[in-house]
Amino acid sequence: MQDTTICALATPPGPGGIAVVRISGPEAFEMAARVFCPASPGRTLQGAKGYTALFGHFYRAGQRCDETVALCFRAPKSYTGEDVVELSCHGGPAVVEQLLAACREAGAAPAGPGEFTRRAFLNGRIGLTQAEAVMGLISAAGRQGAALSAAALDGALAREIDGLKTKLTSLLGHLDAWVDFPEEDVPALAPGAFCAAVSEAAAVLAGLLRQYGAGAVLRRGVDTAIVGRPNVGKSTLLNLLAGFERAIVTPLPGTTRDVVEQAVSLGGSGIRLNLADTAGLRETGDLIEAEGIRRGRAKLEQAGLVLAVFDASRPADAEDLALAKACEGRCALALLNKSDLPARFDEGVIAPYFAGPGGAALPGDTAGQNNMDGRDGTAAGGGARRDGEEKPEAGRILHLCANDPAHRARLAAAIEKLLGTAAVDVGAAALVSERQHAAALAAKGHLDAALAACREGYGLDAAGVCLEDALAALCELSGESASEAAIEEVFSQFCVGK
Amino acid sequence: MNHLGEYDVIVVGAGHAGIEAAHAAAVLGARTALFTMSLDAIGNMPCNPSIGGTAKGHLVREVDALGGLMGIAADATFLQSRMLNRGKGPAVHSLRVQTDRKRYHMYMKQALEKTPGLAIHQAEVTALEIEGSAVRGVFTRLNGHYSAKCVVLATGTNLGGKIFVGDASYQSGPDGQHAACALTESLRAAGLPLRRFKTGTPARVHRRSIDFSRLVCQPGDPEEELQPFSFLTDGPLHNRVNCYIAYTNPATHDIIRQNLHRSPLYGGMIEGVGPRYCPSIEDKVVRFAEKDRHQIFVEPCGEDTEEMYLQGMSSSLPEDVQNAMYHSIEGFERLEIMRPAYAIEYDCIDPTALYATLECKAAAGLYGAGQFNGTSGYEEAAAQGLLAGLNAARRALGKPQLVLARHTSYLGTLVDDLVTKGVLDPYRMMTSRSEYRLALRQDNADERLTPIGREYGLVDDARWARYEAGQAAKQAELARLAGVYVSAEALNAQLPPDAAPFASGGKALELLRRPGVSYGMLAAVVGRGEGVSPRLAAKIETEVRYAGYIARQERAIREVARQEETPIPEDFDYAPIAGLRLEAREKLARIRPRSLGQAGRIPGVSPSDAAVLAVALKAARGKI
Repeated sequence: MQDTTICALATPPGPGGIAVVRISGPEAFEMAARVFCPASPGRTLQGAKGYTALFGHFYRAGQRCDETVALCFRAPKSYTGEDVVELSCHGGPAVVEQLLAACREAGAAPAGPGEFTRRAFLNGRIGLTQAEAVMGLISAAGRQGAALSAAALDGALAREIDGLKTKLTSLLGHLDAWVDFPEEDVPALAPGAFCAAVSEAAAVLAGLLRQYGAGAVLRRGVDTAIVGRPNVGKSTLLNLLAGFERAIVTPLPGTTRDVVEQAVSLGGSGIRLNLADTAGLRETGDLIEAEGIRRGRAKLEQAGLVLAVFDASRPADAEDLALAKACEGRCALALLNKSDLPARFDEGVIAPYFAGPGGAALPGDTAGQNNMDGRDGTAAGGGARRDGEEKPEAGRILHLCANDPAHRARLAAAIEKLLGTAAVDVGAAALVSERQHAAALAAKGHLDAALAACREGYGLDAAGVCLEDALAALCELSGESASEAAIEEVFSQFCVGK
Repeated sequence: MNHLGEYDVIVVGAGHAGIEAAHAAAVLGARTALFTMSLDAIGNMPCNPSIGGTAKGHLVREVDALGGLMGIAADATFLQSRMLNRGKGPAVHSLRVQTDRKRYHMYMKQALEKTPGLAIHQAEVTALEIEGSAVRGVFTRLNGHYSAKCVVLATGTNLGGKIFVGDASYQSGPDGQHAACALTESLRAAGLPLRRFKTGTPARVHRRSIDFSRLVCQPGDPEEELQPFSFLTDGPLHNRVNCYIAYTNPATHDIIRQNLHRSPLYGGMIEGVGPRYCPSIEDKVVRFAEKDRHQIFVEPCGEDTEEMYLQGMSSSLPEDVQNAMYHSIEGFERLEIMRPAYAIEYDCIDPTALYATLECKAAAGLYGAGQFNGTSGYEEAAAQGLLAGLNAARRALGKPQLVLARHTSYLGTLVDDLVTKGVLDPYRMMTSRSEYRLALRQDNADERLTPIGREYGLVDDARWARYEAGQAAKQAELARLAGVYVSAEALNAQLPPDAAPFASGGKALELLRRPGVSYGMLAAVVGRGEGVSPRLAAKIETEVRYAGYIARQERAIREVARQEETPIPEDFDYAPIAGLRLEAREKLARIRPRSLGQAGRIPGVSPSDAAVLAVALKAARGKI
């Protein structure tokens, strides 16, 4: 049995009806329980026997994300021979990425190539003939993985990571030389200078981690729900963004009865929105329309971005208020449509629900939520982003006229700002995989520990060990040995001897 | 050939490795003989007259914790003691002493003479007796033959030794001993992969010729702070001498640059690879041209001699250039050289040809230690000597071998580095070589190793009783501190006047975790526990304060331990494993790692190779 608990997508990557994320290892049930909550109140995942299934939802950072079925396997009766929980959710890449991120945040390590199968073999679940195939698989995956990671590490990210490694290696080399050759002329390493250099490196990582969320949005698109009462101009908005008459628009309320979907590209960053125009929210006796509204509400719940449309020419009513409340804490933009007509909508009613930082709920944006970037006082990127949003409250309520094509650019700019992609330089370094993200996250964690060691008055020996761990985490991306690199540095940079 | 004796273990060489090897083997009850070319060279210090330093001090404590001699001898013969790296954190505190080299030699010679079951012979070993692929004994220069079940080679720089000074070179060992040139051929014939390394040493000069008024004095630590190496040493320790610091200057560097062509190193006469960490002054001037001065430590060689050692000035330049270069230095204007600096080349083994027991793969029963294994330094040598002697004796006595994992010790790390990664230049121990250095402190060497030493037969009853008493005192004190409450007022009264006061009190053990709170402050309030020595107090303070960081490392240790415990059969065939990359297959077949963990550390074996190997190992076990 292995010590670590691992997770990975067990179904082929890419869009599909259903995706299965497998968690395997001694803590599979504990970790899965941090992610999955059964629908029936009396049941718990930890209490589940092998070969049983539970229906419920998976959560990330306290937010309900998707309907999920948890299949439970108890060691040794599972594919790997270990405790296994398989979480099946809907197959969209965004949902899957959320689920994987949630599992990782719960403590599961990303599985290596062929690792489930290797564990299955090591635990005696499969035989020798299969094992030989597995070996081919692992070595092929290893080679392919190496090629892949080399390719992924090409260009901007490689330069950024290399730059970081060089800085950290140099710092560690200095520390090692200073510690290992105390009687030589090695300049003393003042804790202040050490902390400054570590903080700088941590800030770079924090920036990369934050961009990971935004970068994921750029690559994969963000599921966007257009919602609102009937006849406020949702379909007109869809058409405005699509740039053509995608949806049927009439003055009749209830024209859109099913969800109309369209992917569009926006703005300078080319961000992709997977738009879903939904039926207007209202009480209705029409069975078809009611089903459309139910689907619309589901879209609203799952969306990464909500465009809540209100009719600025009419006073706010209870439906408007309910919608605004549903947007609270979400990544949502209030659009007061029909700004060409006399304004009769009291913006103050909905404003409280569109206050606060909107970008935090972005799918994949773990950096923003979990890494306390702001608290370190090291978040250079965070500062830049806040500078870009001088008036966040005002930025989340936008007056426009969906009929006017000229308003498309303003809307695009507001969406980009909200998603944090406006500041994303597509040519800049970005983490592109879960593994890279995990390594960067680990490195950042070690650097934070090094800073904490300095701050709390521990010796540089403790800080140095954390620094070495950070370097090792970064070296994992390129397969070098951290301590050897530092020792090379000692001898190349410092004149030391006995 | 005259058959002259039969032994379980024969140790060749009586330097720092040979001493520990012979002593350990004899203590284990093996009939042991130590061969040295000169009884007057036992425990000689051909280079600096000092013991310890960063990581090396850790090794001395480890040798002591295992029951070796080096720490006790250093405590008995030191001239000046300093704890290096104070203020850089407890993991890297390192004890270093100046030693009286003649007294150290005399101490060691007598310690060996008094070791029961150990014979000491002055003779040059000229060949090994090999039968099949196992060692059977040795032959000497005087046509003597001695049988042995195991042989430990601790030949130092004597094996094929060749000294270089300027354009002069000659076969020689250090300090006028002759070189052992015949043995090399016998080792080659036994299939050992040999190579040439080189090292160097600075001049010894006359004390009266130095103007100390123009040097910086460097005294030892205050006497009340002096700590011994050995866990057995009690009683007050005293500094007896001062050291001094001098500096080279641009004029010195000019002289060196103008005469580089006369250096055998730069002239291409030396083929051996020198240690990176111990560059000659020529190297320093060439490689660090921007530095306008280099430091020189002036260290006394003993109380009964006027010889002074000039640390930092190792050189192989001709004698006239050495004179000119030294005379250009402030305070050295009238310097009298007694022994010129020289470079020395010698034969050693590629250590990847060794198992982690330090036994040669090519010759059963043949062990290596010290410079022969590609290391440098007295402490590195002593530590390996102890392990090689222990394993040689255990093999001779039919007992299982000892392998020390990396996380147990600097010794384990050193050996693992040697046999897994190999070396390109003489290997020196450094704290940065250990990924577990927060756990491998000099203050807990006894906790890490004395139980192992006990189990493997090196630790005697007296040392064991002392160790157990210390452990009991530590546990009792931890329990006491966990139970006793200290108020904020009482604690604040102990703080220095400029420190911010604490708002709350707590259990003494909890308070010890707070920055700025020392054991001494708490002891002033709640008293000192019974049997808590200053050394134990410091250890408690470190363990409590660093608990979080130590726990981090212990988690990492547990993760790797599992892989360490997955053995690879010695005759495992890597050839049919298709999943391994070619480079990995070759490396694995050559190094023959003992465990999956070691396999993964071999340069050129990737994580996916290790994964394939894990599967193949399991498959092989399944088949049997």
